Amino acid sequence: MRQKKLKNVGTFLIFGGPSLFAFTAVVLIPLAFGLYLTFTNWNMATGTHAFIGLGNYKSILTDKTYLEQLWFTIKYALLTVVISNVGAFSLGLILSKGLKGQTFFRTGFFTPNLIGGLILGYLWQFLFTQVLPFMGQKYGWAIFQTSWLSDTTKAFWALVIVNAWQLMGYLMIVYIAGFVSVPSDILEAAAIDGAGRFRKIISVILPLSVSSIVVCLFLSISRSFLTYDLNLALTNGGPYGSTELASFHIVQKAFLSNEYGMGQAEAVILFIVVAVIALTQSAFMKRLEVEA
Amino acid sequence: MRSSKVTHAIGMFALSLLLLVFLSPFLITILNTFKSTQEFVENPFSLPTQFNFDNYFKAIDEMSFATGFVNSLIITLVGVVIVVIFSAMTAYLFARFTWKINKVLFFVMTASMAIPFQVVMIPLVTIYGTVGFIDSRESLLFMYFGFGCSLAVFTFHGFIKGIPFALEEAASIDGSGRVRTFFQIILPLLKPVVSTITVLDVLWMWNDYLLPSLILQSPELRTLPLSTYNFFSSYSVDFTPLMAGLILTMLPVLVLYLFLQKYIIKGLAAGAVK
Repeated sequence: MRQKKLKNVGTFLIFGGPSLFAFTAVVLIPLAFGLYLTFTNWNMATGTHAFIGLGNYKSILTDKTYLEQLWFTIKYALLTVVISNVGAFSLGLILSKGLKGQTFFRTGFFTPNLIGGLILGYLWQFLFTQVLPFMGQKYGWAIFQTSWLSDTTKAFWALVIVNAWQLMGYLMIVYIAGFVSVPSDILEAAAIDGAGRFRKIISVILPLSVSSIVVCLFLSISRSFLTYDLNLALTNGGPYGSTELASFHIVQKAFLSNEYGMGQAEAVILFIVVAVIALTQSAFMKRLEVEA
Repeated sequence: MRSSKVTHAIGMFALSLLLLVFLSPFLITILNTFKSTQEFVENPFSLPTQFNFDNYFKAIDEMSFATGFVNSLIITLVGVVIVVIFSAMTAYLFARFTWKINKVLFFVMTASMAIPFQVVMIPLVTIYGTVGFIDSRESLLFMYFGFGCSLAVFTFHGFIKGIPFALEEAASIDGSGRVRTFFQIILPLLKPVVSTITVLDVLWMWNDYLLPSLILQSPELRTLPLSTYNFFSSYSVDFTPLMAGLILTMLPVLVLYLFLQKYIIKGLAAGAVK
């Protein structure tokens, strides 16, 4: 009996030991310590760390610039989510009809997902600062005549476009996986009942794709709310700090201004906002789900 | 019949045009890496007067491409191997030995997948900065291991549960110990999951910027995204070498994609649904 127990402890340590140790050290302990941090005024530069209770949360939630920034992030995420999902859904529809070369097209649209946000941000920077203004001047398109990245509103749109551009191909693959499982007899039945192409999409494919929509919304919400690399490379928060998304701001607060407690409190609030939006979305959408 | 053929051709043409526009950021960049910055600024669409690779040589030199490449390669390869092997073992433990502690730990690991990196990065840097376990490959690898294992354990767990017990029973009757049974019987069966996890983690570790930027400080340890960042912040007037640097950084992954696109798309899609 005792020997068996010993053997089991051995099994536990050999099989679980390494990953559980790393997981605890890298995720659990920082998570717990992070919560504690939010109740302190921890500052790496001055070396102070006193317990201040809810002080950080209070000052963050009454800070008008922070709230504006959070709203900016929410707007950014919403637009990215809508654009990338509408685009991905349409692309997925077109590329699951059995066209010649459809694998080639899928592969092509998926390509931006292989590359990190930092690299993509720099890549698009050249487009927005050089290539598009060149076209704008050559063809007289007013919208492109100056660099988008030096205008507050346009820089915001630049971020939305690049993030949606990247996400689109990824979500498209998830949607296609869903479309493939729509039974063809239902589509045939709809056709016999006189449903046109548009009608079929609205009344058959859309309701049967609710579970892919839930997954895609979830993915795009969390990806866009947590955007950092792209923000750093494309706009670097500019012009004049007008495009600082939440993650960018957290990194600045902690590692440039050394306000660790404050930055961590912002991170916790961001997490709560994302979790609430993502879970509400999925609870709401799940109610629309139908069985084939 | 004929008109449908025409519609089809028009559709194909439109789709090809769309893809061309979609991928134009890459194409325009590649085109201009063969030109001087002067030529690029004058007309980004002009064809290069001559095909020279000067910008590439300049980029390789200025961003210490070789160092970044080797560092990224080491981190990615070692990181993925560690995550895959140890996570598979832990998943096996959780799936086959249904002790209470295993159930609790599995639940904690699964739940932790919802936590974004942004929520742990500040305490992570505070803790490991204080004890001095930063600015080394080992520390970065250890962190990738810690962050990567929950998704891997979760994925392996789901797969191992579907493997019939009979195989292991036969092995244990033959006198094989638990560790040997795992490596000889179970691990070879996990290939499909191994490929999913490998795809997800290779792309993650290869492209990741935020974690290494917080952990690594020494220039000789920089991974490719860090070298790129550094190149861009120190060298900003001459555009075309910078563009060549971007292409070089993307190239390894794009070449892999060319050969393994099926697995890569499948792996990433599987990771999404989890």
